[in-house]
Amino acid sequence: MLLRHTSKEVKVREGLTINPAKTCQPIGAMYAALGIHGCLPHSHGSQGCCSYHRSTLTRHYKEPVMAATSSFTEGASVFGGQANLLAAIDTIFAVYEPDIIAVHSTCLSETIGDDLQQMTKKAKDDGKIPEGKYVIYASTPSFIGSHVTGYANMVTGMATQFAESTGVKKSQFNIIAGWMEPSDMREIKRLAKVMGINIVLFPDTSDVLDAPQTGKHVFYPKGGTTVDELKSSGDSIASLALGSVSAEPAAIALEKKCKVPFETLDIPIGLSATDRFIMAISKVAGVTVPEEVTADRGRLVDIMCDMEQYLHGKKVALFGDPDQLLPLTEFLLDLSMKPVHIVSGTPGQRFEKQMRQLLDERSPETNFKSGLQADMFLLHQWMKNEPVDLLIGNTYGKYMARDEDIPFIRFGFPILDRIGHSYFPNIGYGGSLRLLEKILNAIMDRQDRDALEEKFELVM
Amino acid sequence: MEANKIIPDPAQVREELIHKYPAKVAKKRSKSIVINDPETIPEVQANVRTVPGIITQRGCCYAGCKGVVLGPTRDIVNIVHGPIGCSFYAWLTRRNQTKPETLMDANYIPYCFSTDMQEENIVFGGEKKLKIAIQEAYDLFHPKSIAIFSTCPVGLIGDDVHAAAREMKEKFGDCNVFGFSCEGYRGVSQSAGHHIANNGVFKHMVGRDNTPSEGKFKLNLLGEYNIGGDAFEIERIFEKVGITLVASFSGNSTVGAIENSHTADLNVILCHRSINYMGDMMETKYGIPWMKINFVGAESTAKSLRKIGEYFGDEELKARIEAVIAEEAPKVKAVINEIMPRTKGKTAMLFVGGSRAHHYQDLFTELGMTTVAAGYEFAHRDDYEGRDVLPGIKVDADSKNIEELKIVADPEFYNPRKTEAELEALKEKGLEINGYEGMMKQMTKKSLVVDDLSHYESEKLIEIYKPDIFCAGIKEKYVVQKMGIPLKQLHSYDYGGPYTGFEGAINFYKDIDRMVNNPVWKLIKAPWETAGNGKGAGLAASYVTQ
Repeated sequence: MLLRHTSKEVKVREGLTINPAKTCQPIGAMYAALGIHGCLPHSHGSQGCCSYHRSTLTRHYKEPVMAATSSFTEGASVFGGQANLLAAIDTIFAVYEPDIIAVHSTCLSETIGDDLQQMTKKAKDDGKIPEGKYVIYASTPSFIGSHVTGYANMVTGMATQFAESTGVKKSQFNIIAGWMEPSDMREIKRLAKVMGINIVLFPDTSDVLDAPQTGKHVFYPKGGTTVDELKSSGDSIASLALGSVSAEPAAIALEKKCKVPFETLDIPIGLSATDRFIMAISKVAGVTVPEEVTADRGRLVDIMCDMEQYLHGKKVALFGDPDQLLPLTEFLLDLSMKPVHIVSGTPGQRFEKQMRQLLDERSPETNFKSGLQADMFLLHQWMKNEPVDLLIGNTYGKYMARDEDIPFIRFGFPILDRIGHSYFPNIGYGGSLRLLEKILNAIMDRQDRDALEEKFELVM
Repeated sequence: MEANKIIPDPAQVREELIHKYPAKVAKKRSKSIVINDPETIPEVQANVRTVPGIITQRGCCYAGCKGVVLGPTRDIVNIVHGPIGCSFYAWLTRRNQTKPETLMDANYIPYCFSTDMQEENIVFGGEKKLKIAIQEAYDLFHPKSIAIFSTCPVGLIGDDVHAAAREMKEKFGDCNVFGFSCEGYRGVSQSAGHHIANNGVFKHMVGRDNTPSEGKFKLNLLGEYNIGGDAFEIERIFEKVGITLVASFSGNSTVGAIENSHTADLNVILCHRSINYMGDMMETKYGIPWMKINFVGAESTAKSLRKIGEYFGDEELKARIEAVIAEEAPKVKAVINEIMPRTKGKTAMLFVGGSRAHHYQDLFTELGMTTVAAGYEFAHRDDYEGRDVLPGIKVDADSKNIEELKIVADPEFYNPRKTEAELEALKEKGLEINGYEGMMKQMTKKSLVVDDLSHYESEKLIEIYKPDIFCAGIKEKYVVQKMGIPLKQLHSYDYGGPYTGFEGAINFYKDIDRMVNNPVWKLIKAPWETAGNGKGAGLAASYVTQ
């Protein structure tokens, strides 16, 4: 047994987190910043933060993840990190020539009270930012929220520090991507095209973290939302924010700054969330839904009908991030499955309320916890008390899956031991069909593995 | 077989590496980029602050302390006191394999423990939460030991993790609780964390169990972390030759073994950078000499075993060592003979760690490959130039903050394992006791040595030298491979290994052969992109004419 010390008896903990279902803000900010074209993320803190975030993102994507650090020493920690940040800005513009440096803070720089707004202003006043280049920032203290909060804060930074309102509306819509994979962002762009609307998608990590092998390392790959696009987001007709935790804060900021109205939707994972996404586009843009999209939907529902016998009543445990868990849970319910245990380390009353509402209506007996001590240790204990047929979550779930001998689907962040997430979307009808295929394969492979010889089926 | 490449003029290379830097940065970096001469080893600037913004390979003090040194011991509950990230990122990512003897034995390595500090803990202090967390860990697991690791904000807000640890230790009575002030900002790299870890392990663990260890030839293996099963292969060889491994620092180790380690008669050090402090301290307090060995590379393994045999001076042991080498060598030779025609003359670069950039050169040499440039990520001058330079190294402000323990001989347990005369005699025989000659002495003249390589420098080096393989870590892996050059990860081994000992050498040879001769590197260009296939024009033309 790998997790041999995990007992069945659940005791309330107040100080100790074991096997967290979250990580800290700065990595989310780094990921988001990679979705701006020509941007170098910069970690204002100790070297370790930057190194850990780059390593984790690299393992997840099997791609170069470039970012710099202020390399705090003890001196900087005592006297403040301004000198380090200014030196870093000099070095970065001279050596790596980005269009933008996106600085995020860390628990270290936040604890000593470094003010990124003031420091980046000083950099500008001191002439350290070359003409036509930008330094943006986001405050991302690791002791508040989670990696998802950091992502939201950096995306909000993009909106507040780039968006401009010229007074003339453009015939375009903003789609603010909640935390999703490059493949998902690519799919959003495809769907918008199919629906016939112009969008500004930000951030956009497609063609950044799924770059082709060409024999050349392109330091700033061709993908990413451009500065011009980000600026023009203030003139868009409306914003659709995909995810109330990771995307909505940016939409709110944009409404405040440039009066762009917004609607918040779930990330379109599964049938119902995709339905709402397509309906919302259709409504705000006044476009009819093309036949192609309806047919895609039909294919998904077709498989849901045809394979329902393998899904009905199957118990699922899941862990991950709010904006994914909510539509995923809804999808499992649409599939007639039973999400029996759900945890997310990311705190938030809004998510708590939304999930409770969904569960109260459709699955009131589900165990659900988010925030402090909502960790994989607790999830595992729940699983020992009420076993499940399927586990869905990031790579760390494989230890529980192996110990309990449960089929396991990798979903969420980080996925350190498989590929695919960056290339094949989990969103939209097509992406949901892929997710459904994975669920069916996991369950049916298990049925094949466990079937008695006389019960082993050829046709299923 | 490729012909030997023409090695570029290193002086010009150095200029090329620094010319784009702002003047101050260029000046600083130039001192860390030196042209090697194994006869008169030049001084290399190392263990100094990284230039902010330069894109470094380096991590932090916490990574060196918790991640490297303490992480691999399976029966300690390691609680990270801080916001969640630090513990999360160090969770299982270093591939420290461990093998509890039975299903009942403790193994906390698959677990991640954190106090998950929140804003109110930063504002009002986190000691209370830490003590609750320690209590909960004790109640849940009843471990032999609980270690506490301070992250950046902990030092800044003044939480006293040591006092909390003392208090809880006293309260429990049967659980050793101790803390490490290994905040990420200390020192200039992981190296500070190694030193802090050495101090803590020495103070709180070594010497707690005085039960005499059994065995005739007893040693501790220092600076080996069982990545990819390296320690398992070394353990296999030790067992075969009849050497008793008392404790490992810290691959596949247990608290009990470390507590009993002072009963061994020799410390052998693999990674000098991360653990040399332990060697010195145990020498002073208990009279156990240390010897630098290297189990990376088949030749090096044989050489190291012979050194150990010589140290113990037992003819029977020496004979067994020779017998084992004779038994293992043919397997190794057979693989080399098969692979060498495909690797001979190829070039490698190694920029990694604090000892690996040195050790792995032996394996490349065994494959007939040349190391054209190498450097460490977090080493000190002695790891480059040899320990002879130690007295001349200036202690700067960043190093001064790392505690140097004042160690004296233990009144009861100090027992010099060798007399002065015996040590002299061993030295006469070529055994380097308590010494290390460093990496540069082994590298060829005019090879390039670069400390704390930046991303920019790595791209330039690859452009200029076009090496056949580049060795570094995960952050560099896909950048270099995007340039069409295979990168061997020497922290995680690309999830392979072991690479130590005889079996490990065979694994490495095969992996390098697979990587440098993989057909994929010739498939990068699409057929219509290669010369002679001008944009499919031929096809278009023939289509039109039809």
